[in-house]
Amino acid sequence: MARITELDVNGSRRRIDADADRTLLSVLRDDLDLTGTKYGCGEGQCAACTVLVDGQPAKSCLTKVSAMAGKRIVTIEGLAPAGKLHPVQEAFLEADAFQCGWCTPGMILGAVGLLRRNPHPSEAEIVTGMNGHICRCGTYPNIVAAIRLAAQKGGRA
Amino acid sequence: MITRRDFFAVLGGGLVVLIVDDSDAQEAGGGARRGTREPLPQQVSAWLHIGEDGIVTTYTGKVEVGQNSRTSLTQAVAEELRAPVSSIRMVMGDTTLTPFDMGTFGSQTTPQMFPQIRKAAASAREMLIDLASQKWMVERGSVSIANGKITSGNRSSGFGELTRGEKLTKTITTSAALTPATEWKVAGTSVPKINGREMVTGAHKYAFDIKRPGMHYGKVLYPPSYGATLTSFDSSAAEAMPGVKVVREGDFVGVTAPNPATAEMALMALKAEWKQLTAEASSRDVYPYFKKTSRDGDASNSKLTSYTIAYIAHVPLEPRAAVAEWEGDRLTVWTGTQRPFGVRSELATNFNIPEDRVHVMMPDTGSGYGGKHTGEAAYEAARLAKAAGKPVKRNWTREEEMTWAYFRPGGVIDAGAKLNPDGTIAEWEFHNYNSGPSGLQTPYAVGSKKEQQHASKSPLRQSSYRGLAATANHFARECYMDELAHSIHMDPLEFRLKNAKNERLRNVIQAAADKFGWKSRKKTAGRGFGISAGFEKGGYVAACAEITVTNGAVKVVRVVEAFECGAVVNPQHLRNQVEGAVAMGLGGAMFEQIDFADNKIITNKLSKYRVPRFADMPAIESVLLDRKDIVSAGAGETPIVGVAPAVGNAIFDATGQRIRSLPMAPKGLPAGSGTSSSSNNGE
Repeated sequence: MARITELDVNGSRRRIDADADRTLLSVLRDDLDLTGTKYGCGEGQCAACTVLVDGQPAKSCLTKVSAMAGKRIVTIEGLAPAGKLHPVQEAFLEADAFQCGWCTPGMILGAVGLLRRNPHPSEAEIVTGMNGHICRCGTYPNIVAAIRLAAQKGGRA
Repeated sequence: MITRRDFFAVLGGGLVVLIVDDSDAQEAGGGARRGTREPLPQQVSAWLHIGEDGIVTTYTGKVEVGQNSRTSLTQAVAEELRAPVSSIRMVMGDTTLTPFDMGTFGSQTTPQMFPQIRKAAASAREMLIDLASQKWMVERGSVSIANGKITSGNRSSGFGELTRGEKLTKTITTSAALTPATEWKVAGTSVPKINGREMVTGAHKYAFDIKRPGMHYGKVLYPPSYGATLTSFDSSAAEAMPGVKVVREGDFVGVTAPNPATAEMALMALKAEWKQLTAEASSRDVYPYFKKTSRDGDASNSKLTSYTIAYIAHVPLEPRAAVAEWEGDRLTVWTGTQRPFGVRSELATNFNIPEDRVHVMMPDTGSGYGGKHTGEAAYEAARLAKAAGKPVKRNWTREEEMTWAYFRPGGVIDAGAKLNPDGTIAEWEFHNYNSGPSGLQTPYAVGSKKEQQHASKSPLRQSSYRGLAATANHFARECYMDELAHSIHMDPLEFRLKNAKNERLRNVIQAAADKFGWKSRKKTAGRGFGISAGFEKGGYVAACAEITVTNGAVKVVRVVEAFECGAVVNPQHLRNQVEGAVAMGLGGAMFEQIDFADNKIITNKLSKYRVPRFADMPAIESVLLDRKDIVSAGAGETPIVGVAPAVGNAIFDATGQRIRSLPMAPKGLPAGSGTSSSSNNGE
């Protein structure tokens, strides 16, 4: 089976040795110990595994690692590389937009992607844009508030 | 068992306060002791250590699953010790480091552990004052503590400078005076989630994320249906794979491998045949089955109105996960559970080793909702690790979580009543089959009553769920209350107030109705309004819902929920719990249900089992009634019970159709429902 030997993750080239048909989720978590990317369902229903691929949100549980050649991947660990939180991360803290936190990394990266496409979304656009993400604790109202807050603060940064 | 001396060996010098949760026990020792070897008393519920570095560490067997107990318990320490939140650490749910605890369930952390930890912190505060008075040779009355500093005259010191070189312990049952809620400065405020930053940066390591040196990955071969037994088994292909170990113990079959992909391949390579059982019931015929198998018979009669409740799944977004590691006959396990000490017992029993050889650690976990009381993944990981001779990680898939965990019970509820001419309730009768006793008793004043819980056989494995049966019982009771109100053409709000004598119950009903604008609601075609109220686990709740119905599709557009649980510990986190419970409750109210047949779960993944999403959310408004004169009760569960009946009553208001089953509209309303109003409520 073809093997993949390199991934561009969080601004650095990481050496890996993975079967081409493995999921990006598994390689990130199990090979690179980037466990901020979460498993929730394995079938693209919950978006807990969301990462950014060339700036766009992607469900890493449905993404084959072989499709990542030449792509830039950003995981939650790479969103605040110098320790300074991204405006969306700050907004999630300020709006108390979580309880258990399991959905949070995927939710934040989904929101970053949404704000890149649409820097000033309406509430309806946030709901539509984020509807693929599940928060089982039901903190949806606070997540919407966080995304609005991040938009006000220029979450596109 | 840890002795007093061990504290200082493990923690370093300083000061330790142990709080004993036993009102009959004498206060042990009176004054502080220096470095004794005595074993600890049996009933210690928490302890608190102030280190020579001034860091305050509190140890409790309670766990954090998203309900923000880590934050509220930290507030308890900060409040009574007059120390900044940032100087306080909370060690939770570690069976070696923390005192025994039954588990984190039943909304008990706030009513039980919060006051215990306050007592420990208040006593530590007084010990620090004693210490300062002795060391500085000043009048005790001249010493005060604020913001982590001890002061007397112009002398001032941090906690660490004062406790340096000390090995003081004190065991207390009662404590120095606690700060009344009216004077709280840290408790009662919206302290942000303690480890929120680790959550938004992905730094927090959940059980699912734990990695140990040399760790292998485990998979388990489950039977194709519940109760099936293995009749033939061939593992030769799997065992030929490099690094793979196959484990078979009776009907338990598992594999371990150096990486998850190989473990998955090995699992697929196993050849097994199973003898399957004939199912006793499916989701289609389970309701008569509950009555048929009721241990004390079927009390139904034609005067009772019957409601049904489907089985539902918790769907914690982090499925069960564990890493197990053996060192000789010592077992160390990291797992997400609401009962770390319960899991320790399970493991000790299963491996026939003493409990003190088992160390269970519980990292803050990706939710539980009552669904993680058991240690399945921990036991599997430990079995596999023992056989493999290596640390083994066992993370469940979503399908495994939705099949091999346990469910919220289904049930049947029959209700009946006789009214007096003025609308008060003369007789009340209420029977619950299988879903459970929580919330069984009506909070309304009634003349005579008969309320019974009937145990039945459950075709599925069932156990706790957020609010337990209180959701089911409130759904039936509050919908039936609505039916009673309509039967005498009385407004549902007025009918409830007429029958609610408890002041706290009346207050939440009134608060929800006022905020909602119940009296000025405007009914139009396809739009309906409903109200509900209840009491459970020390908290009072009332909800109002507004819904629209379009071609049988129900949209919940607005929910106002009032909640009162005594003195509010953290307003922001309480609001989050209340609104989150409304969101979660909408799932069970509207569309969540486990379908099963032939001893198999049909709705075994998220593409087949619908949970609430952003687009399902109504505008949610919460009204928090802060009763500083009443001891704080828990809030993780009760806010969920108001949603379903308020929505059900709103559906009736809009359509004239009474839906007496949860979920109410899994695929829209049942056929035959229109959008015309035939309700009688006062306009």
